[in-house]
Amino acid sequence: MASTVGRAVGATASYVDDRTSIAGFVKFFSRKLFPDHWSFMLGEVALYSFIILLLSGVFLTAYFVPSVTPVIYEGDFVTMKGVEMSEAFASTLHTSFEVPGGLLMRQIHHWSALLFTAAIVTHMCRVFFTGAFRKPREINWLVGFTLMILSLAAGFTGYSLPDDVLSGNGLRIIDGVTRSIPIIGTYTSYWLFGGEFPGEALIPRLFTAHILLVPGLILGLIALHLFLVFLHKHTQYPGGGRTHRNVVGLPLFPVYTAKAGGFFFVVFGVVALVSAVFTINPVWNYGPYDPSPVSAGTQPDWYILFIDGGLRMMPGWIGSLPSEWVIGGYTLSWNVLVPAVIVPGIFFGFLALYPWLEAWATGDRGEKHVLDRPRNAPVRTSIGVALVTFYVILVLEGSNDIVANLFHMSLNDLTNFFRVSVFLLPILSFLVTRRICYGLQRKDRELVLHGHETGRIVRHEHGEYIEVHQPLTDQEVWLRVSFDDIAPLEIDPEYNERGVRRRGHRWSRFKQGLSSFYFEKRVSPVTPAEREEAMHSHH
Amino acid sequence: MNALARRRYSKSAPLLLVFALLAALTVIGVVASPSQAEVATASSDDIAAGEKLFAANCASCHGLDGQGQDGVAPSLVGVGAAAVDFQVGTGRMPMQASGPQAQAKKPQFAQEQINQLAAWVASLGAGPAVPTAEMVDPALGDAANGMQLFRTNCAMCHGSVGGGGALTQGKFAPNLWETTPTHIYEAMLVGPQSMPVFNDANITPEHKRDIIAYLKAQDDGSPGGLRLGTIGPVAEGLWGWLIALGIIIASTVWIGARSS
Repeated sequence: MASTVGRAVGATASYVDDRTSIAGFVKFFSRKLFPDHWSFMLGEVALYSFIILLLSGVFLTAYFVPSVTPVIYEGDFVTMKGVEMSEAFASTLHTSFEVPGGLLMRQIHHWSALLFTAAIVTHMCRVFFTGAFRKPREINWLVGFTLMILSLAAGFTGYSLPDDVLSGNGLRIIDGVTRSIPIIGTYTSYWLFGGEFPGEALIPRLFTAHILLVPGLILGLIALHLFLVFLHKHTQYPGGGRTHRNVVGLPLFPVYTAKAGGFFFVVFGVVALVSAVFTINPVWNYGPYDPSPVSAGTQPDWYILFIDGGLRMMPGWIGSLPSEWVIGGYTLSWNVLVPAVIVPGIFFGFLALYPWLEAWATGDRGEKHVLDRPRNAPVRTSIGVALVTFYVILVLEGSNDIVANLFHMSLNDLTNFFRVSVFLLPILSFLVTRRICYGLQRKDRELVLHGHETGRIVRHEHGEYIEVHQPLTDQEVWLRVSFDDIAPLEIDPEYNERGVRRRGHRWSRFKQGLSSFYFEKRVSPVTPAEREEAMHSHH
Repeated sequence: MNALARRRYSKSAPLLLVFALLAALTVIGVVASPSQAEVATASSDDIAAGEKLFAANCASCHGLDGQGQDGVAPSLVGVGAAAVDFQVGTGRMPMQASGPQAQAKKPQFAQEQINQLAAWVASLGAGPAVPTAEMVDPALGDAANGMQLFRTNCAMCHGSVGGGGALTQGKFAPNLWETTPTHIYEAMLVGPQSMPVFNDANITPEHKRDIIAYLKAQDDGSPGGLRLGTIGPVAEGLWGWLIALGIIIASTVWIGARSS
């Protein structure tokens, strides 16, 4: 039996290989080494939820009607009977209530969309905090960043398709944000919506974007993202024997094939479980779109909440200065432009360009394949925590009515608190995180120099008490000393010895300033000499 | 008087007859009295009893004559029986503590006492009466029409299906799922606290019943499973992060831990 199967597999393989010469590639890929760590699977979660999105999306496409032609609902759902609605909304109800498994598929699709974006953000945090974006991976960081933006686009276009009141309110906000852009805003809005909001063109256009354009781009960029991972080889955490020139890990086949294949079913299983148990986006509660009603608890899905938070936070007046200006008959809406366009633009721009910013500060041109422990890059870690804090405050402000209601707080006080803390808390969290990083680094130094405390107290003959310290193993030492000790950049003086001003001095000075911001204050790793001395000086 | 008649006629007969009559009257009285009490909503006895209850429990803020006090409590002249039935029947009055708004709690009075209070307050000036059982029967309403009315008039504060929502300065629109149909109707009629009045010209009595039918249709639960409070995408996002991503990250740690 086993030999029959074996022969069949062998014969098929050689049949394919004779015609494609694929065996070389298979061998190459299956011997590819990957370091093992749980945090390396976060990107996989995003990939798998995207696959689930494609599978469930194909099912939903079979039943969805992308049209705003009005129809009267004739189905079974009691609170919708006889209500006029668009075909898009009616077909969503039909998929939910009459198509077997339709509601489960819708919920799987929506929950995996939330998971997709959440996994991307978590994966991005892992890459950021471990410095995996450093040379040679800057371009792959940009590819990943673009994928993150595209995931927001995919989510938002899909969220808007059922043509319900909730998503219609969201589209109205997007329309308002588009119009706030000076000069081109109104034209852009007319172009997007095919005329005045909401119009009849939007749902079919969103449909095309959602099922073809955006997923196509995502698919292409995922291929590029993974290709670059193969090309660069995977990064690894610091540890014994791991350097910037090698990869310590296990081969793709059979270990990771089994792990990754099994993990797909874990992700699918969790998504299916959550979708079977928890309602998501109950459009039958919101009703068909109508521009007038806006219910309490109207919010976008979590990944757009930060924009909503910015809009809710922005005051209409700053002191006696209005945030909406009328200049020569034209309105300039700073109150929309700043929180929904300028701030997200700066935030995302900073994220996208961060690898280059850090490269200027380090001045390091070498390839980095060993990751940083977050404590060993205190300023980067603190910048990351400050960005996360900023983002979370915007998300909380976007949920301010829910938070206020849940905790019986005043909505107004909460908003005022966030208005102040959006400036203060990122700075505070930066300082606190940097302090914690330095503390952890000093603790590492202490451990390397003096070893673990054992709790054993010994009294010498002459009466002295000492605590016995147990020296670290080589692996433990390696983990704690093998990180780059980067000194602030030294630059040449502005004028050379002949008194001629150097070209590009201003740029150098900028990089030097940046570098001293990063590395002026730092805790250096223990050198072998220091360790030797510590070992001999006592005990 | 012949023998037969003598035997039939007993001296105790009139007495027995009177007893029988009394017994019959008692039975009729016992059987009939509840319905009589229901029909007679505002007997003078009720008003008198209500006045006493009011003086003991409400007058310290609203005044002995129900005229209210500036900055403390509003006048109750003309608020009607419906307002009293709502405020006292949902436990909002008597108010436990000052705050952004009076909170619902366990009612402090029996329904009979509430009726007496309502009778007295209604006697102060004309106002909306307590609706009949038929006026608030969800089975007679059109839930789909109620949905359209609800989202136009109510959802901006109470949420799309009456899950509740925040208002300014710590005030809030409460969740409506536990509220009785009568109290929902009365709230629309009298507009308690921050809520606007929806009189019969704004929303007709039939339409009010449709809204009640829509809210009661929520008792059936969600076809999609647990509702997460039906407060919208914020709860879904939180759940997605905590439960879905949480379980998955826990399993990555588990898978990652096997090898090392």
